[in-house]
Amino acid sequence: MNIKRFFAVFKARNIEFFRDKSSLGWNLFFPVLLLVGFSFIFSGDGRPAYKVGWVEESKSSQSKAQHNSFKDTRFISFIHYKDIDVAKVKLSHHTIDLVIANQSKRYWVNDESAKSYLVEKIFSEKLKSYTRLQIRGGEIRYIDWVLPGILGMNMMFSCLFGVGYVIVRYRKNAVLKRLKATPLTAFEFVSAQLLSRLFIVMFTSIIVYSGCNLLFDFFMLGRYFDLFIIGMLGAFCLISLGLLVASRSKSEELIGGLLNVTSWPMMMLSGVWFSLEGAPPALKVFADFLPLTHLVAGAREVIIEGATLVDISYHVNCLLLMSAVFLSLGAYFFSWNAER
Amino acid sequence: MSVAICVQNLTKQYKDVTAVDNISFTVEQGHCFGLLGPNGAGKTTTIEIMEGIISQTAGQVIYKGKEFQGKKVDGNISQLIGIQFQHTALQDFLTVKETLILFSSFYRHTLAQEQVIELCDLSDFLNRDNRLLSGGQRQRLLLALALINDPDIIFLDEPTTGLDPHARRNFWQLIKNIKAQNKTIILTTHYMDEAEQLCDDIVIMNQGKIIESGIPHQLLNKYFSDVFIYLPAEQVPSILVEKNQWQKLAGRIEITTRDVEKTLTLLMNSKVSLSGLYVKSANLDDLFLHLTGHSLIGSK
Repeated sequence: MNIKRFFAVFKARNIEFFRDKSSLGWNLFFPVLLLVGFSFIFSGDGRPAYKVGWVEESKSSQSKAQHNSFKDTRFISFIHYKDIDVAKVKLSHHTIDLVIANQSKRYWVNDESAKSYLVEKIFSEKLKSYTRLQIRGGEIRYIDWVLPGILGMNMMFSCLFGVGYVIVRYRKNAVLKRLKATPLTAFEFVSAQLLSRLFIVMFTSIIVYSGCNLLFDFFMLGRYFDLFIIGMLGAFCLISLGLLVASRSKSEELIGGLLNVTSWPMMMLSGVWFSLEGAPPALKVFADFLPLTHLVAGAREVIIEGATLVDISYHVNCLLLMSAVFLSLGAYFFSWNAER
Repeated sequence: MSVAICVQNLTKQYKDVTAVDNISFTVEQGHCFGLLGPNGAGKTTTIEIMEGIISQTAGQVIYKGKEFQGKKVDGNISQLIGIQFQHTALQDFLTVKETLILFSSFYRHTLAQEQVIELCDLSDFLNRDNRLLSGGQRQRLLLALALINDPDIIFLDEPTTGLDPHARRNFWQLIKNIKAQNKTIILTTHYMDEAEQLCDDIVIMNQGKIIESGIPHQLLNKYFSDVFIYLPAEQVPSILVEKNQWQKLAGRIEITTRDVEKTLTLLMNSKVSLSGLYVKSANLDDLFLHLTGHSLIGSK
């Protein structure tokens, strides 16, 4: 690794990005427009159904029967939690509307939530034998909830297209071929591209977050440092994925299709717009293999629940593992030109 | 003169196509060596194997007595050679100066930037965005990038394709200036006048094979001792044309002769007006036509 060569490519790529006004503008204004739009569209609750947290303390047949008796009520979804504290945090943020701990015959309502009040009324007969407990907590606005998703999605597009598309364009018009004819190594080139995009993505995301924070005064329970780290790990993982997707292709049409195939499932299934709680288990398993899921979930836990990096170590480890896999495969398959 | 590059039995096979078919040649140090031939002859494939951009199927390339394996000859071959590709885009949004700085950072040893700028005449558009360069300016920048590491050997793959005649002639002068510094230049072109102007030695390729090689004027002397004289057909009496077995071609008479002076005397004695007379000696395109049966220019 020659630092001088690496830094020259890093700098050149940054200059190219910042002088491309249309691309820079898009990266800065697109997420702002989305946030403004969603702040108007979802100024209310934004969730169509009532959600009840069901804390399963035992798996007895009696417990199952009781659960079924609750489940008979239509238009209410039941979300299973193993940890009662997690469910209570969700209730305090109005993410769910009631928590029922079946074994200990207790239930919690949020006194500040209209939905919680209504669900309690709906189940008043069935909850007669349960002890009523209260939780207080203001509602997390939809915009606070959706913020990590929109920032994550913007990062995803910037990482995938900003790296994948650019490398394929370089390969197609023989910029890579010209660089191959110099002493620059593939590792130096790829790592410069990776770190340049990481710098660009973090820079634009911080600008967007700070600017929007002035407008919306975002909720923030955790530490900004933790948010920065999970953001950086997510961006690194998505850039690695972009490098892998672009490792061999020479066709801009093909790479456009591949990047869309890669990004659309993440946009729809990574919890950008709506919570995956209550989604079918198979879908949750699939979403677990998507880097954006861990970026968004980790950032959301830091922002809304005040989680630390240790608390979100599952997401951190998943992102690190995925980055290692994507980078290894990308390096193995990388080709300067069509011939390998 | 010492040998700069020796190519031995080089072959490149792409599935069913043999792009380069068992060719051998040597390039002398300080010479401008021309690889000539129509598009698809195998020139670019040959030059890219020599540059280490693509690998050969068989054969070897020897640089100053050392065999070239992959990118390695005493370290990295790319430190030692300069390359101007036939088709290359430059990074968008960088200026000419920034592009020079970028490329100079790749090499251990580089020429002073001022020297490259002066040599390739870049000073008028140093701060211009790469996207806004004219064809000639762009080629000069690409040549500068090929020279930035002060290489001993410079590969120029069809460097004047697409340039107007004025820009081409300017570019030729740049190449002559570089050659004057005892650099070895390997040039591919399908412009025969370019090869005649610049090359000390040539190899003519067709369909992956070398069909002739040597010093341009010696090759022309070997195949063509005749000179062509052309006159408007209406100025030459038919009886004179038939008697001397001259050719009538598209409104003009073609006279093939070894003795120009004797032929001109004959025309003047026959009271033929010499107005519109045109004398032409054979060139490399005629040689290619002679060797292959088709014109180099027509086969592009």
